[in-house]
Amino acid sequence: MKPLAWAGVALVAAVPFTGIGNYPLHLVIMCLLWAYVYTSWSIMGRLGMVSLGHGAFLGIGAYAVVMLWNHFGLSPWIGAPVAVLMSLALAVLIGLPCFRFRIVGHYFALVTLALSEVTRLVIVALRDYTGGSLGATPNTALAQGNPWSLAAVQFSDKWVWFYVILGFWLGGLWIWARLDRSMTRLALEAISQEEDAAASVGINVTRSKLFVTLISAAMTSVGGVLYAQYQLYINPETVSGIGISLQMVFGAIAGGMFVMLGPTVGAVITLLLQEGLRLALGDAFKQFPALDLAIYGLMLVLFIIYMPKGILGAALEWRARRHATPAVAPR
Amino acid sequence: MEIFDIFLLEAVVNGILLGGLLALLSLGLNLIFGVIDVVWICYAELIMIGMYAVFVLHTQYGWPLLPAMAAGVGVVAALGAALHQFVIRPVLTAEPINQLLVTGGMLFLLQAAATLAFGIDFRNLGVRMTPIVVGEMSISAPRVIAFAAALAGVAATWLLLTRTYVGIAIRAISQDRAIMPLMGVNPNRVFVVTSALGGALAGLGACLLVLQYDIHPAIGLTFGPIVFLICVLGGLGNMLGGLVASFIFAQFISVGGFFLHIEWGYVIAFAFFIAVMFWRPQGILGAK
Repeated sequence: MKPLAWAGVALVAAVPFTGIGNYPLHLVIMCLLWAYVYTSWSIMGRLGMVSLGHGAFLGIGAYAVVMLWNHFGLSPWIGAPVAVLMSLALAVLIGLPCFRFRIVGHYFALVTLALSEVTRLVIVALRDYTGGSLGATPNTALAQGNPWSLAAVQFSDKWVWFYVILGFWLGGLWIWARLDRSMTRLALEAISQEEDAAASVGINVTRSKLFVTLISAAMTSVGGVLYAQYQLYINPETVSGIGISLQMVFGAIAGGMFVMLGPTVGAVITLLLQEGLRLALGDAFKQFPALDLAIYGLMLVLFIIYMPKGILGAALEWRARRHATPAVAPR
Repeated sequence: MEIFDIFLLEAVVNGILLGGLLALLSLGLNLIFGVIDVVWICYAELIMIGMYAVFVLHTQYGWPLLPAMAAGVGVVAALGAALHQFVIRPVLTAEPINQLLVTGGMLFLLQAAATLAFGIDFRNLGVRMTPIVVGEMSISAPRVIAFAAALAGVAATWLLLTRTYVGIAIRAISQDRAIMPLMGVNPNRVFVVTSALGGALAGLGACLLVLQYDIHPAIGLTFGPIVFLICVLGGLGNMLGGLVASFIFAQFISVGGFFLHIEWGYVIAFAFFIAVMFWRPQGILGAK
C-alpha cells in the first residue's frame, strides 16, 4: 500500500504540469480544499461527535484573517494564528459545557447548529467592519508586474495555491491517520458506545472529547484562512451558517467518514455533481438556479437511507466481503 | 412616562407576543421528538412551505384568507405525515445521527423546491390591519392575533393529548417505545398521526407568520435555529419546558433587538443559552 500511496501523491502533484487550463486547475484546488475541510470535520464526526457547527470555525478563520489585514494591516502570517486561537477559544466555550454535562447526540447537534448560525449573525451584525451580507475582499497587495506577495499571502499563480493546499490536505490526512492509531481514538470509540462504562474504566471523557474537538476546530479554521486567501472574497453565507456546516457533514458522509479518504471522495463527488449538473443542464441551469441544490438534497436523503457508510465505505466493505468469501467457504 | 420607557415597554409586550408564537413552533418539534425520538432539522422549512401554500391559495387562486389558511394547515400536516412515512421510517432503526441528517437533506430539498417554484423574491400576503393602540403604545394587530391563536393551538394540543384516545396512545408511546407494540399498539400508526399533528402545528405557525413577515425560500433559517435552542433549553421533548423557554428567549430577542440590532438579540439569546447549559445542562425544567 505504501508505494501505491506515494504514487498516488506523485500523480496528484503532477496535475499542474499536465497543462490543464486555469479553470480545471481551479476545480482541482477547490476539491483539495474541501477535501481538507471535510477531513477536519470527520476527525470529530466519526468518533460520535456530530457537529453541525463547523461553519463557525470556518467563518472565524476566513473573517479574522481578512479583517485583521484590512483594518489593522496585520499580515495573514499573524492573522492565521489569531484565527486559530479564536476558534480554539470558541471550541472550549462550547465544548466544555457540552462534554462535561453529557450533551450528546441530538442535543449536541442542535447546539452546534445554533452556534454556526449565531456566528453568521455576528458577522452580519458587524456589517460596519465586515461588509455584512455583501461579503468582504482582502485589500490587494498585488500590483502590475508583482504577481506574488508572500507577506500578504496573495498569489496570482494558481499552481502556487495548488501546492499550498495540496500540502494542507496531506497534512490533514496525516493527522487523521495519526489519530486513527492513537489511544485517544480507542477511548473515544468506547465513549461513543457507552459513556458511563468508558468513564468507569478510567477514561477522562471530557478531556478526550475536548482534545479531538480542538484539533478539528483548529484545522477547520485554517481551512477558512486558506479559502479566504485563495478566493480573495468571503461572504457570511458561504463560510458560515447552516448551509456550509451541513455541506461539510454531507460531504464527509457521502464519501464515507469512517475511512481516511472518505471525505476526499465526498469532496470529489460534490464537485463532480455540481459541475456535471452545470454542464448537463446548460441553459436550464441558469434558468433554475436551485436545481442543483434540489438534486443535491435528494441525493443526500437517498445516500443516508441506502448507503449510510458512504461510497468509499460501501465499496471497501464490498471488496472485503468478496475477498472473505472464499476463506469462509473452503469446501 | 418618558418616551424611552414607552418603547421599552412596547418591546417587552412584543416579546411576550413573540413568545406565544415561538411556544407554538417549539411545541410541534417537541411533540415529534418526545414521541418518535427524531429531530426534524427541516421543521422550519415545513413552515416555509405552509406560508407559500397560504400565499398561493390566497393571492393567486383568490381563496378567502381563512379557507386558505385551513388548507395551508392541511398541506403541512400531510407533508409531515409523508415526511415520516417516506424519509424517517426507513432510517428509524439506523444511527440516531442519520435520522437527524436525513431531515437536513430535506432542508436543502424543500428550500430548493421553493426556490424553483417561487423564485427568491420576497412575497407578501398584502393584508393590512390597523394597529391596536393601548395608551401611548401601538401594537401590531397580526401579532396579537398570532399570540391568541398560538395559545389556542397550544391549549388544543394539550386537550388532544390528555383527553382523547389518540392523545393517550401518543403519550403512552412516548413513555415507553418498546413496550407499546407488545400491548398490541401499531407504533407506526401513532408515529404517522404524531407527525401529521406536528405538521399541523407547523402549518398553524405558518398561517400566523405569513400575516407578519415576507415569505422567501430561506425564511426557515431565520427562526429555525431559535426554535431548536428553545427545545434544547426547555429539555427536548419537554413541552412545558419549551413553553417557558419560548417566553424567555422571545424577551431576549425583542428587548435585545430594541437596544441593539436585531441580530444582537439572537446573539445575546445564544450567550444566555450557553450560560444556562453550564448551570442546568438538562434544560430549565428537564428532569435529570
